[in-house]
Amino acid sequence: MKLRVEANIFRSAARGQSMDDFEGYRRPDGTVGVRNRVAVLPVSVTASSLAERIAADAGDGVAATPHGMGANQPEPARTQTRRVLRGIGRNPNVGAALVVALGTEALGADDVADAVADAGRPVETLRIREVGGTAAAIDHGVDLARSLRADADGARREPADASELIFGVECGGSDATSGIAANPAVGAACDRLVDAGGTACFSETPEFIGAEHILADRCVDAETRERLLDRVEEREDMARRMGVDLRGAQPTPGNQEGGLTTIEEKSLGAIAKGGTSPIRGMVDYAEPLPAGGGLVLMDTPGYDVESVVGKVAGGAQIVAFTTGRGSTTGNPIAPVIKVTGNPKTWARMANNIDVNASTVVEGESPSSVGERIYRTVLDVADGRRTEAERRGLAEFAINELQARATTTGGERP
Amino acid sequence: MKGTVVGDVLVMDPGDAVATALDDLAAGETVPAADGTPVDEGIELPEAVPFGHKVALRRIDAGGVVRKYGEVIGRATVAIDPGEWVHTHNCESTRGRGDLDVSGGERA
Repeated sequence: MKLRVEANIFRSAARGQSMDDFEGYRRPDGTVGVRNRVAVLPVSVTASSLAERIAADAGDGVAATPHGMGANQPEPARTQTRRVLRGIGRNPNVGAALVVALGTEALGADDVADAVADAGRPVETLRIREVGGTAAAIDHGVDLARSLRADADGARREPADASELIFGVECGGSDATSGIAANPAVGAACDRLVDAGGTACFSETPEFIGAEHILADRCVDAETRERLLDRVEEREDMARRMGVDLRGAQPTPGNQEGGLTTIEEKSLGAIAKGGTSPIRGMVDYAEPLPAGGGLVLMDTPGYDVESVVGKVAGGAQIVAFTTGRGSTTGNPIAPVIKVTGNPKTWARMANNIDVNASTVVEGESPSSVGERIYRTVLDVADGRRTEAERRGLAEFAINELQARATTTGGERP
Repeated sequence: MKGTVVGDVLVMDPGDAVATALDDLAAGETVPAADGTPVDEGIELPEAVPFGHKVALRRIDAGGVVRKYGEVIGRATVAIDPGEWVHTHNCESTRGRGDLDVSGGERA
């Protein structure tokens, strides 16, 4: 620990000029990882338990992404699952990957593995049926994972710059403090990163409802603006066409207990976490996020675990997650920095929270807290473990795309 | 922090009808008058308002819009007096309301 601190001081002194740098794993495709994980990626639910077992038995630095998607999903769900798994496999934090399949899935292990190989990372595949059942698959899988771990260990941290970061921001378990403290502070960190040439992304389209006019005004072109408004309308239409309203679901009962009355109020607080930069574009769930600077939106559901996974599949190496009520979730591939604006949550759950933004309620400016968050982002990029990482919290879930027919009566608007 | 702290509440925008409680507020506490806010005379709270919840800063008619952050966050379902707790019992969303569409715009 002491050595690490001294090394940091030495590095800062040696480099001198830029305060916006860190050391990361430079990948053959030009991206920079802030972690060097071996990912164990199951292509379906049937291989998920086994993937977890392999990752657990293989030891440190091996992380599974178990999920509940079926072996033969109908379209368009299958395409979305494929996009997520391929995206996760080539996330810059993945140093090598093992793709695990039962062997009968419509989505082939090779299809996912190809994306990892194309990104220049070592990859292996394992089919449970071919190797003779689960017992043999665990033995074989652990061997493969350890061998991939050794391959990945060849990577060394090298100097990198904040402009090479894609920063995903999320909120979960929101309350009234989210919109007045934690989200504006994370938004200030996004602005800071964008100023330094980096990319920030926020999502959760249902939580744009009631605040979309503000976002629309910030879009850089008409195409982005129309796309944003279309996606928001689609989410609102789902409720309208089913003859139900969002109340009860949005805001959630927990949000309501925390003082949020309507979806408009929740959204107006939620959009603060993206900061104030112009909005460069909006991508689909798990689509590659354009690196190279600026603020980009992703069309994701409001369910925070799926939403984080979408952004990590899109290439985010690091995530900040605000929570008023005290969410504990992490991610197996990207470190998740927890920020709370609620002094009671900070007092009760400090061991799950990385940054205390509740000081805003006592008078610290959001930009000052934002600077602390930005420094934490660079420290975490440099290798400092987040509270979620320390506690092994690594939730993973893929959004299952429903056929439009089930929600819109067969017609796509 | 953006907004103006008045006593134990936070006013996000001068045009707002509600403020956020920065502490658990008891009935009988007052929100003092403050320049640059809608509060031009002290408001005594007729009921308790929990931390993070909203206090009405002025009268809102039934059906009137409720503003926070200078934006519309919903509509009052009943008339709300200054100092009252504003939440789901007296304020509702105007968005994503499929229930209104199927009942022809009337609330069931």
